[in-house]
Amino acid sequence: MQEKNKTRRKVLIGLTSAVGLSGVPFAATPFIAAWNPSAKAKAVGAPVTIDVSKMMYGQQIQVAWRKQPVFIIRHTEDSLKNLQTVLPKLSDPNSDNIEEPYKNISPTRSTSNEYSVLTGVCTHLGCSPKYYPEVEPKSWDSNWVGGFFCPCHGSMFDIVGRVYKGVPAPTNLVVPPHKFEGSILTIGEDGGTA
Amino acid sequence: MSEMASKVFNWVNTRLPIVNTFERHLSKHPVPKKVNFWYLFGALASVVLIIQIVTGIWLIMPYSNTEEGAFASIEYIMRDVDYGWVIRYMHTTGASMFFAVVYMHMFRGLLYGSYQKPRELVWIFGCTIYLVMMAEGFLGYVLPYGQMSYWGAQVIISLFGAIPYIGESLELWVRGDYYISGITVSRFFALHVVALPLVLIALVFLHLVALHEVGAGNPEGVDIEKHVDDDGVPLDSIPFFPYKVLNALVGIGVFMTVFAIIMFFFPEGGGYFIEMANFQEANPLVTPEHIAPVWYYAPYYTMLRAIPDPLGGLIIMGAAVAIFFVVPWLDQSKVASIRYKGIYSKIAIALFGISFLTLGYLGTVSVTETRKLISIICTVMYFAFFLLMPIYTKFEKTLEVPERL
Repeated sequence: MQEKNKTRRKVLIGLTSAVGLSGVPFAATPFIAAWNPSAKAKAVGAPVTIDVSKMMYGQQIQVAWRKQPVFIIRHTEDSLKNLQTVLPKLSDPNSDNIEEPYKNISPTRSTSNEYSVLTGVCTHLGCSPKYYPEVEPKSWDSNWVGGFFCPCHGSMFDIVGRVYKGVPAPTNLVVPPHKFEGSILTIGEDGGTA
Repeated sequence: MSEMASKVFNWVNTRLPIVNTFERHLSKHPVPKKVNFWYLFGALASVVLIIQIVTGIWLIMPYSNTEEGAFASIEYIMRDVDYGWVIRYMHTTGASMFFAVVYMHMFRGLLYGSYQKPRELVWIFGCTIYLVMMAEGFLGYVLPYGQMSYWGAQVIISLFGAIPYIGESLELWVRGDYYISGITVSRFFALHVVALPLVLIALVFLHLVALHEVGAGNPEGVDIEKHVDDDGVPLDSIPFFPYKVLNALVGIGVFMTVFAIIMFFFPEGGGYFIEMANFQEANPLVTPEHIAPVWYYAPYYTMLRAIPDPLGGLIIMGAAVAIFFVVPWLDQSKVASIRYKGIYSKIAIALFGISFLTLGYLGTVSVTETRKLISIICTVMYFAFFLLMPIYTKFEKTLEVPERL
């Protein structure tokens, strides 16, 4: 074969291969994309919205988002004042040890000054802590100023889900992504606030 | 009649290389005449592979790969399907035995330098098989959708989350849902029963083809190709069939006995083969008291736990497996077998064995400060064995390897 033809052949082989290879990402697309959460999974895991204006002061309600309980608490002014008195009992009052999405926005740890939004799963072993808002002596703490107590292994959290010192739970309760539009709370997306 | 049979055979043989293949790979395939029991585990591994494939096919039939059905279908197999419990325990025992056998097989490679030139590719195919087996074992463990399935998978999948930038979306992509749901289980099922077994069988084929090209090694590290008869057959060799096959059958008999004892009397392996927590259905809201991996991942799990930073742990764990691939180039010794290597190699491999076993033990128990310290020391020892290998194998005094086996 002539030298010229060899070069030509090489160029043609190269070009054909390049065109062929450019099809690989296209062909791979459906196979990779089929692993994304399906429309059904997305619908089930979609953000949940709830009107929180009907909540009473001091009330806690629970909604489910992605198979997890989410606590919403409407604080009274008194309970917010207690956030200061409880400080010496807390192990991580500023949420420095976790990834806090809405740090330094509000003492409630949410994006609102009145409501707290917390994932209701104990950071110890995943039980669901119970809400005890009363400021009164409890069997687990004679100076209880209100908060969450986990019945499984006795972890204590304050009224905005910050963990006490010397309990099994290592970190504060997690704040899920959320946003308030007026009194409408959406859990599961925050419109880029975080 | 026999004339008819031989006619049929000849008809087939002129169209399919039966005799050629039989001679080339079995009756005329030369293998070293003297090896020891360490050389049995390759054969045992192929026996377990067949057990896993057959029992696996039978388990697919009653298994349900849905979120609601998975756990219940395991109970159905165990209670309602005739002999279902035997088939399932054969598969779970097979998984543990597969790793036990492969760990012995790999250690044999390290002891006798089976990875040395010209067997580097055999070794690399073997390491890849090990890697695929680890993935296969993990995927299979998730399928019963018990508590330990769920939380073990949670720990492993969140490892992807430690990768910077893409981690979180990668986690979501692997799960296909916001938690480990039926969607995750059914894709793991597809990978476990179709995709990875195909890869595994292909790799085993390549492992054997490459091995037959370069020939098996021996515990003396003698190159038997150096002395051949007039037909080019090594003088220190015997044909694989029937001699080695019959020899291996004895080992296989012993192995099957051990296998049966475990399968019938200790199928849960004291909680090391199947954890107690896996007898409860997966519950995304409740974490079990103590999450431990199956014993065969335990050494790597310990490394992961010893490093406080998740990404660092992931890198160390990956490196611990990946480093096996480059062993052929880390070993600078003139001799293959530990019998002729120097004292440094002997100390190094002993320390490596101790560290691997200790890491394995630590992976099955909870963490304390002392244990964490021991984990770190053992991780360092594990890596030192490999990383210092170019130095201690090069500068130690080795013995003269004999000419003949």
